[in-house]
Amino acid sequence: MKIKFFILIPFLLVFNFSVLAHHNEFDSFINNNAELIIKSSSKTVDTVLNNIQKFESPLVSNFLELWKLKNLYFIKETRKIIYIKEKGDLIEAFEIDGITKIGIYDKKEIKKIKPNSGVRAKIDTLLVKYQIFNPDLTVRKKSIASLSRNIEPDHLPLLRKASNSEQNSELKDEIDNLLRFAVIKYSSSEVEKLDVINSFENNTNIAIRASLNQLLNSSDILVADTLPANKNIARVIVPGLTTKESNGSAGRIGILKSEKYEISINSAYDLLFKNNLVKKKRVTKENIKLSLKQNIKDNKVGEFPVHSLNDDKTRSRAYEQLAAKNLVSPYVSENEIEKVVSQFVFYSLYLEDSSNVTNAALRVLSSINLRVQIYKYIDLFVDGLSLASIYFLGAIGLAITFGVMRVINMAHGEFIMMGAYTGYVVQQFISNHTLSLLIALPLAFFVTFTAGIIMERLVIRHLYKKPLDTLLATFGISIALQQIAKNIFGTQARPLTSPSWLDGSLSLSDDLSISYIRIAIFILSLIFLALLLYVMKRTRLGLETRAVTQNPIMAANMGINPERINMITFGFGSGIAGIAGIAIGLFSKVTSELGSEYIVQSFMTVVVGGVGNIWGTLAGASLIGFLQKFIEWFNPSNTLAAQTYMIIFIILFIQFRPKGIVALKGRAADE
Amino acid sequence: MSNYISNIAHRHMLIFIIAISIFSLFVTFLSEPYGNGLISTSFVKTLGKTVCLCIIALAMDIVWGYCGILSLGHFAFFGLGGYMIGMWLMYERTSIIVIESSVSELLPLTETELSAAIGNQIFGVVGGYEIPAIWMFADNLLIQLFLVVAVPGVLAFIFGWLAFRSRVTGVYLSILTQAMTLALSLYLFQNDSGLRGNNGLSGLQNIPGLEYLGQQIISIWFFWISCIFLLIIFLIFYLLIHSKFGLIITSIRDNETRVRFLGYNVEIYKLFVFVLTAIVSSIAGALYYPQAGIINPAELAPIASIYLAVWVAIGGRGTLYGAMIGAATVSLFSSWFTGGQAPDISFGILNIEWVNWWTVLLGFGFVVITIFSENGLLGLVKKIFVSEK
Repeated sequence: MKIKFFILIPFLLVFNFSVLAHHNEFDSFINNNAELIIKSSSKTVDTVLNNIQKFESPLVSNFLELWKLKNLYFIKETRKIIYIKEKGDLIEAFEIDGITKIGIYDKKEIKKIKPNSGVRAKIDTLLVKYQIFNPDLTVRKKSIASLSRNIEPDHLPLLRKASNSEQNSELKDEIDNLLRFAVIKYSSSEVEKLDVINSFENNTNIAIRASLNQLLNSSDILVADTLPANKNIARVIVPGLTTKESNGSAGRIGILKSEKYEISINSAYDLLFKNNLVKKKRVTKENIKLSLKQNIKDNKVGEFPVHSLNDDKTRSRAYEQLAAKNLVSPYVSENEIEKVVSQFVFYSLYLEDSSNVTNAALRVLSSINLRVQIYKYIDLFVDGLSLASIYFLGAIGLAITFGVMRVINMAHGEFIMMGAYTGYVVQQFISNHTLSLLIALPLAFFVTFTAGIIMERLVIRHLYKKPLDTLLATFGISIALQQIAKNIFGTQARPLTSPSWLDGSLSLSDDLSISYIRIAIFILSLIFLALLLYVMKRTRLGLETRAVTQNPIMAANMGINPERINMITFGFGSGIAGIAGIAIGLFSKVTSELGSEYIVQSFMTVVVGGVGNIWGTLAGASLIGFLQKFIEWFNPSNTLAAQTYMIIFIILFIQFRPKGIVALKGRAADE
Repeated sequence: MSNYISNIAHRHMLIFIIAISIFSLFVTFLSEPYGNGLISTSFVKTLGKTVCLCIIALAMDIVWGYCGILSLGHFAFFGLGGYMIGMWLMYERTSIIVIESSVSELLPLTETELSAAIGNQIFGVVGGYEIPAIWMFADNLLIQLFLVVAVPGVLAFIFGWLAFRSRVTGVYLSILTQAMTLALSLYLFQNDSGLRGNNGLSGLQNIPGLEYLGQQIISIWFFWISCIFLLIIFLIFYLLIHSKFGLIITSIRDNETRVRFLGYNVEIYKLFVFVLTAIVSSIAGALYYPQAGIINPAELAPIASIYLAVWVAIGGRGTLYGAMIGAATVSLFSSWFTGGQAPDISFGILNIEWVNWWTVLLGFGFVVITIFSENGLLGLVKKIFVSEK
């Protein structure tokens, strides 16, 4: 309450000088009509509101606003209307110019003026008039903004007038926009409505879609002997069969749709009964049960022993018998219900009477929806692309080591986790997020590179000829590393905060926005793709690595040291995992299980893509990323099912390309 | 020669029969209902569960240690077995409760009312009340027991047929089996999978119709049944690996290509072993979960299957004893350490709490065993034993 008052104070000061001349007249007018204001009702308030308009003073709108917001008070004794400011337990009273002090009062000496909702609505309409034509641009802007949230029929003529008189072109656009919504909602002219609807074509704004959908609102279910002519019928309803579509038309239950029909046959019959179109009330199963219970005599209902009443058929037969004796209301059989229901027509009308308007709305809406659909496809594509980049980053290190050494590193996920935790720890020391990220990226690479080299020297080296043993040994390392991380950092998730320039998103339309982090991860994976391609194709190390991949023995004969290559490759692959860890940590929380969440997908990527080839990994990551998003899009409520189907797809895919999309050729493929 | 092998085989089988009999009698005479009560009911359950783990370890040993297929999916079959028997246990018990509580009603329940009441009891937690189609045989123990064998069998057959046919081997196969496990557990995690989502099935320790016996007796009975199954499966596997069939699958492990060139249809052999061990795993699961009392999709997570491989590797693959020893020791040690019973060790500043550090020890210990002893603990013992001689 206090706050609202303070907001108003600057307003009052701005107009202070021009106001002074008028304010005495206004003040006396208000206090002359004090009783009408204090005890206002929607019937009596009109005279005050009409007269108040004679004052051109800007004080009027402030006064009306405070009145509407129930921030107006009066002194009990003198019945004088005042503005107040709380000062501890006491109240400081002002004249209604908001400047002239009257004095200090106790809280008990003053009382709030509480206009009822009818009065408030009237004040509001008047207020809008004051604000919308206010000479001050900021006031006009504010009032249009508040109007756009809550638009009433009364506002329509005001908006028309404002649209003509407004000088500021920016605000005029806004007013015109608002006017279009107001026309759609409240105009009585069909031509005008049609013009506005047609002007909406190809505009995917959510507010526009909402207002068009509102035009297509339809009535509750109606029933008649035959379809009424000359009515704007939204849909004909077949009980138990048709569904209600969002645009008011009727749909059929499809195979892929999970929606239910709009009204069941039984409810349709109930509706007939409610409209007095049938005489007999439907007897529900519950009713039957209740009536039977009430009519049990000597463990029998009529001729039926109680224990035999354990299926619906016998129960309804027993009930019919009771009905025949007039003990209960008559029974309506299912056949009868179906027959009766089929004799009537069920339908729903558009709330909008003109079929021209609804047809235009339907047409424009469907063209808008087509456009929205296209945006959704683009959104899906972008989603898939960013997921693919994440999988690529996660899997490329794995693919390199697997390609060169035929070693599956189950601890790869834990290297991802180590990278993420490195980023977290760096952030604890360097509070500037940009700087800490720049330090964390190379540091994460270094940490996991070192860890990879150590692991290769201590463990992998001993198990070169036994890939399955390596798989299990690296699993041992994996669970140990995971538990160590848990012991050090605890089980709760640690945040890896992204720098502020990565927050937010690139908004292309109401339905399409791409967060900057996704773009950053995409760029990061592009950089790594380029870097790896360069290293593999253009450097000595890459040449040697490829040689070892293709044939280690031959490579050794040519003077390459396979052990050295293995060690460096393993370190390198682990290092990339560390960087992937930072990328993943930026958009999800860092936990000790971070790596294991991505490891199976990374394996899949390698298996699907084919080993020892960067393009293969890229293809695998793209396939899996896009596929996962695509399946999720089919069944959006259920990401778990999406993953299940994806894995099944991969298992089937392996049938056709057992060595992956890009398979190794030559000797190396035979191993 | 063959006579010699069969003599050896007979001797080993005899030893095992005697050992398992002594063990089960020993436990019985120390148990609460039939003995002096030195072994608590909960420990009987732990032992019973361990015996079940030994059974699945045997299966893993056959498929990996003898046939060379490192399956990271056998625990999924174990879980499936648990789910299949769990469905009957839960349905039957709920149905008994519902019928009992409906006695006070004036009218007997109709079938739809009964199934709605049962459905509401079982599926209320996942917001459903209809009984899904996969529960259609849940009221029939015999069919559900058949499904314990059939469901994992068919799944393993389809998967194995697809995988072996396209000659997916080695690490690829391991990853594929892991993917299968993940797919299954993710599927079960859904609320609309029809198996109560992540709530899983619970109250499985209450055997319908036998509640009056009490958990003390039921647990020892289950322990006996588990022991009997362990014995039977051990004997079957023992005979299998000492037959010609066993020779062929061992050869497949050692050099698949060569066996294929000798004219054997390698895929059929691998498929047979895969399906057989899947079924055995499922049976082990069906025995395990009524003792554990609860099953949920987390039990089927890929990591469980990898742990299974770890047990077998630690014990010593390629020997039936090794697999069992590995499973028993590691799982018992795991529950001892993680249960907080092991004494903490203090190194001045660093206080080693085993609850937190056991997994680390297990992980690194496993790495050491893999590097230094291909045949696990049993291999290590043999090495020492042989070198002393």
